[in-house]
Amino acid sequence: MKKMFLVLATMLFVFTLTACGDSEDTLRLGTIGPYTGDYSLYGTSTRDGAQLAVNEINAAGGVLGMDVELFAYDSKGDSVEGVNAYNRLRDVDEVHAVIGGTFSGVTLAIKEIAIEDGMPLFSPTATNADVTLDAYNVFRACYKDDFQGEMAAKFAGEDLGLTKAAVIYNREDAYSEGLATAFIAAWEAYGVVVAEEAYGASDKDYNAILDNVKATDAEIIFLPGYVAEVGAILTQASGKGIEVPFIGGDGWDSIEEDYADVAEGNYFGNHYAKTDSAAVVQDFIAAYTAEYGEAPNALSALAYDAVYAAVEAFEASGSTDADDFIAALSALEFDGVTGHISFDGNGDPIKEISIIQVEDGEHKFIKKLSND
Amino acid sequence: MEQFIAQLINGLNLGSIYALVAIGYTMVYGIIRLINFAHGEIMMFGAYFAFYIVFLFPFELPFIVVLLISMILAALMGILIEKIAYKRLRKAPRISALITAIGMSLFLQNLALLVFGAEPKVMPVLISKEPISILGIDVPTITVVTISLSIIFMVLLTVFIRQTKPGKSMRAVSQDKEAAMLMGINVNSVISLTFAIGSALGALGGVFYSVAFSQVYPNLGVMPGLKAFVAAVVGGIGSIGGAMVGGYTIGLVETMTKAYISSMWSDAIVFGILIIVLLFKPSGLLGKNEKEKV
Repeated sequence: MKKMFLVLATMLFVFTLTACGDSEDTLRLGTIGPYTGDYSLYGTSTRDGAQLAVNEINAAGGVLGMDVELFAYDSKGDSVEGVNAYNRLRDVDEVHAVIGGTFSGVTLAIKEIAIEDGMPLFSPTATNADVTLDAYNVFRACYKDDFQGEMAAKFAGEDLGLTKAAVIYNREDAYSEGLATAFIAAWEAYGVVVAEEAYGASDKDYNAILDNVKATDAEIIFLPGYVAEVGAILTQASGKGIEVPFIGGDGWDSIEEDYADVAEGNYFGNHYAKTDSAAVVQDFIAAYTAEYGEAPNALSALAYDAVYAAVEAFEASGSTDADDFIAALSALEFDGVTGHISFDGNGDPIKEISIIQVEDGEHKFIKKLSND
Repeated sequence: MEQFIAQLINGLNLGSIYALVAIGYTMVYGIIRLINFAHGEIMMFGAYFAFYIVFLFPFELPFIVVLLISMILAALMGILIEKIAYKRLRKAPRISALITAIGMSLFLQNLALLVFGAEPKVMPVLISKEPISILGIDVPTITVVTISLSIIFMVLLTVFIRQTKPGKSMRAVSQDKEAAMLMGINVNSVISLTFAIGSALGALGGVFYSVAFSQVYPNLGVMPGLKAFVAAVVGGIGSIGGAMVGGYTIGLVETMTKAYISSMWSDAIVFGILIIVLLFKPSGLLGKNEKEKV
């Protein structure tokens, strides 16, 4: 037994040595996210999604004859910690590309340094418009906030054929307000906005604004918000007998867990649909659930796609050189869990949004929409 | 017109909750001249009691039973808080008691964070979500129940204060504690009774609030508690009728502002009313002008 242990320890030692000694033996990717603190769920699900992709790629033989290695460091959601993590990835781990950060704030903080270093930065989840602006080396896998508002308008106007919309949004939240503004601008092409109501972050009583909306002849209500407030609003709306369908954005993800009965029949746009029958989606869900014991959220799916897309770009460029990689990624056409991805001049993805309807407490995949 | 009636009902709904909570502030102030800032937290605990009663009981309880149990638990909690934190300070300067009350409020909020967690809990369906049609307007069942039960409890309280012996001794203590003591009234038990009734009504408001707005969370009591306090001051602190009038005034003003002006202005206008009332009638709408006793 003791001998066995010794052998194992020696093997481990030797492996560690080789990993340190020869830096061209692996393709090294870094990722940065909040793994502790209030927002740890966002960071860990992103990291888990990326790690799953790395494991699968290695099991399938790696890339360019090398194994992929993922280094993940905690930003605690803080920009300073994020920069420290980035410096460590660059200097100690000598990564070839950074898949991150998870948050827009941290990504913006490391963006300028990354431009100077010529380090490819590929964020799976940073939605802020500025993240990819004026940066040849920065890409993202998720769509921007305003795209969601435009697509919700397109779905309601073209697919549902409606002409009168009401909008209820959180005026104290940039995400909610951004979606609402984009929706209102896009809705001009389809009809009129008959009511526009805003609530504050600490409001709990939505009766007054709901009665105002109810008094109009709105055919659909656009409600961009996060699950907690969306659930409360839907509950109060159903108490008032409002039967007009609601439509929302990716903040509605997992609405069916606590509010299945009041969310029934409503729509929202998301990065991918759990019930999309495409093999890549179902394989991802099965693999993720087997690995981590819980179903993946949209963030895991985006990180998973980001790693696959990055590896594919390395494969296409044929080297680990940063500039070759950036050129290859810019030209990449990629099909992943969150849909088909190609990049525009900014490094923003041109991709589709999945429209989902809540039916019998499950996500029902309706269709994919994009800007064309 | 229909729209206006619907908004009026929303205002009455919110006003009932504020009135119930304001009564607790005003009763305690009337008896021991203390602004019990922990009252909003009792409201929050009342909502959590209801949540756990429904969550833990294996069979479905009628809504009124859930209400009564959480009211009794909150009443016990109110008595306990007074015995632990306020009783020793009865002879201390008023400012000491006030600071203790603020400390109690923070303590209870953090206790709730620790025990129940920061995540908002979704209130189970205690009452039918189907709307009731009144004059052709769909009104949520919980709104109808809130308004009618609140009024019933307020009438019961008024009768209790006016007609019964404990009610009479409460009024006596609020007028002059020493004289009441000399008349053989047990001041300690009157104070306990006051805290019990105030806390029970606060919990009732808390349960209505959390059911109507579907969530329970540790700082649930902060904003409605503050607005109920404003209602008590606007109505005239120390006067039970004033608390009711103040509660409905604040509830209606808040709702009407949201409906016809903008939700951004509702808090500013509510607190603006407080300033105006204090400027022109410092004792509140129904408050008596009391001369400072030397």
